[in-house]
Amino acid sequence: MLTSSRRQRIDDLAAGGGAPDAGVSLAVSAWRRLRRSPLFLVGAAIIGVFVVMALLAPWLAQHDPALRLLDDQVSRARNEIPPAQPGHPLGGDQQGRDLYSRMLLGSQQTLLVAVLATVIGLGGGLVLGTLAGAIGGWVDSVVMRLVDVMLSIPSLLLAVSVGALFARQTQFTVILAVAIVQIPIFARLLRGSMLAQRASDHVLAARALGVRRRAIVFRHMLPNSLGPVVVQSTLVLAIAIIDAAALSFLGLGAADDSVPEWGQMLGRAQDVIDSHPQLAFWPAGAIITVALGFTLVGESLRDALDPKNRR
Amino acid sequence: MALLEVDDLSVVFTRKGEQPVVAVDGVSFDVDPGQTVGLVGESGCGKSVTALAIMGLLPRRGVRVSGSVRFDGTELLGLPAAAMRDRRGRDLGMVFQDPLSSLNPVVPIGLQITEVLERHRRTPRKKAMVQAGDLLTRVGIPDPRRRLDEYPHQLSGGMRQRALIAMALACRPKLLLADEPTTALDVTIQAQILALLAELVRAGDTDLGDTDLGDTALVMITHDLGVVAGLCDEVNVLYGGRVVERGPRHPLFAAPHHPYTVGLLASVPRLDGPRGQRLSPIRGSVSDNIPWTSGCAFAPRCPNVLGACTSVTPEMEFGPDERLLRCHNPVPAPQEVRA
Repeated sequence: MLTSSRRQRIDDLAAGGGAPDAGVSLAVSAWRRLRRSPLFLVGAAIIGVFVVMALLAPWLAQHDPALRLLDDQVSRARNEIPPAQPGHPLGGDQQGRDLYSRMLLGSQQTLLVAVLATVIGLGGGLVLGTLAGAIGGWVDSVVMRLVDVMLSIPSLLLAVSVGALFARQTQFTVILAVAIVQIPIFARLLRGSMLAQRASDHVLAARALGVRRRAIVFRHMLPNSLGPVVVQSTLVLAIAIIDAAALSFLGLGAADDSVPEWGQMLGRAQDVIDSHPQLAFWPAGAIITVALGFTLVGESLRDALDPKNRR
Repeated sequence: MALLEVDDLSVVFTRKGEQPVVAVDGVSFDVDPGQTVGLVGESGCGKSVTALAIMGLLPRRGVRVSGSVRFDGTELLGLPAAAMRDRRGRDLGMVFQDPLSSLNPVVPIGLQITEVLERHRRTPRKKAMVQAGDLLTRVGIPDPRRRLDEYPHQLSGGMRQRALIAMALACRPKLLLADEPTTALDVTIQAQILALLAELVRAGDTDLGDTDLGDTALVMITHDLGVVAGLCDEVNVLYGGRVVERGPRHPLFAAPHHPYTVGLLASVPRLDGPRGQRLSPIRGSVSDNIPWTSGCAFAPRCPNVLGACTSVTPEMEFGPDERLLRCHNPVPAPQEVRA
């Protein structure tokens, strides 16, 4: 029988809550390394500014981005576009709309494209990768051949093809086109680490304890396989922005430009890039900066999660 | 009746276009309830594969398992996967060699223990956590409350192996298979873990109510003769996938009769030998063998080899001192033992 003090201790135990310093998980130790990485700090600062900008855009922007306020200064015949002036720090665009407000509000759409495309690509990749890696056998073969076919097509060409399938391009078709390109990459990445997990000692040990297959896949294999996928996600955030811009540039962006988006703005600027480079400069600069931010974070995250760097 | 009866167990790994590899070639042994049985042999003799075959953990594809594994009167080979899964962790437990890689790195220790209890006993999480703490206490982990929330990498090697033993014994299995449980540990820790195993499998421990352990049979798989000498009631010496000598621990160590067992014992370095004494290894390696079908697999390395050894397969027979042996020319007992 248990002594009372022991019971007490066990009751305390059952009440939950460990010592405050208990449990330093992989994520926590990775975070400790990240905080010391200058690359990560620069990338995180860029992303921070970008996200704050997107969130505060409705208040920061002084004008409605769809309103043609400076229409009187636009002359198609003389190739005149409103220059910077008081109240319009970046001037106007080809249709006399305030460029500064459009840049600010464009950050929202760009963020939306990046996040949604990554989420869709990640979701599809997780499903396919888990199926292939966990079940194996013919399911693995079928899924992986499908993935190989998709990977054999150059990614931009694939995105363009998917985008062109839709009769009318909207922001959503752009997101979908960008996301579909990422699905096979996520799937292959996840399958690889799932296979490594399947052969691992701790999965064998879990099987030796009679743990059910579902629990083995979702509690033992998947959480241990996510590292590379998480890193890839941050990199895909950057890729998605660039790909979306490329689609817009190629004329497969959203047809409606009353809601501004940087890639689309850059695409529209190409007609006047010789005479009015500022119309291309601002969106292009913003895209490059944000993509750099996500890439820096992704790269430093990869280093931080690398078990070889653990101490 | 024996708890575990392994009879003529064979495991063959097959691969398309390649010669099949016979890992286990007709192993037979019994384990009685509460008994500790050792499986001894060098790398590649089929010890671990035997354990995996008993547990039903070998992959289905590319592996041919034949023979019979009867546990508690039930034939385990050919049991449906789900039925086998229900028995693993509940009736049969297993402890592996490397405690760090055998634990899930991203799940706290406590949850890994409660998982077994929830799975086999449908114990609610909260109650299971109490039992997990108790189990950790039982296997000698101090401050279990804190350890439950910790991750495997925060525990020392010895503590990890203790935690794994706690998991394997959580549902009080009747049989525990320990596959080289001390190989990856420091020598001082090895002794502690062996003492723990010996204590846990001993009958009559009724101190702990729900987490009462004991009366567990133990199959100790090892290449370390010291481990066997300290722990096992009966010893099976494996060579080339077959048992070549079997006997109770003391007589077997005092008077080994199979040349392989003699060689194993002679190759253990001794502190009490004369200074400068050379180690005496068994010459050759496991891969220098001939199939059991055409003689004795140990013949190419055997110092006592006869003509018959390379032509007639030796059978398991009673040799000198009523010892079960698979040998045409056993080593006679040393004089001082006979006297």
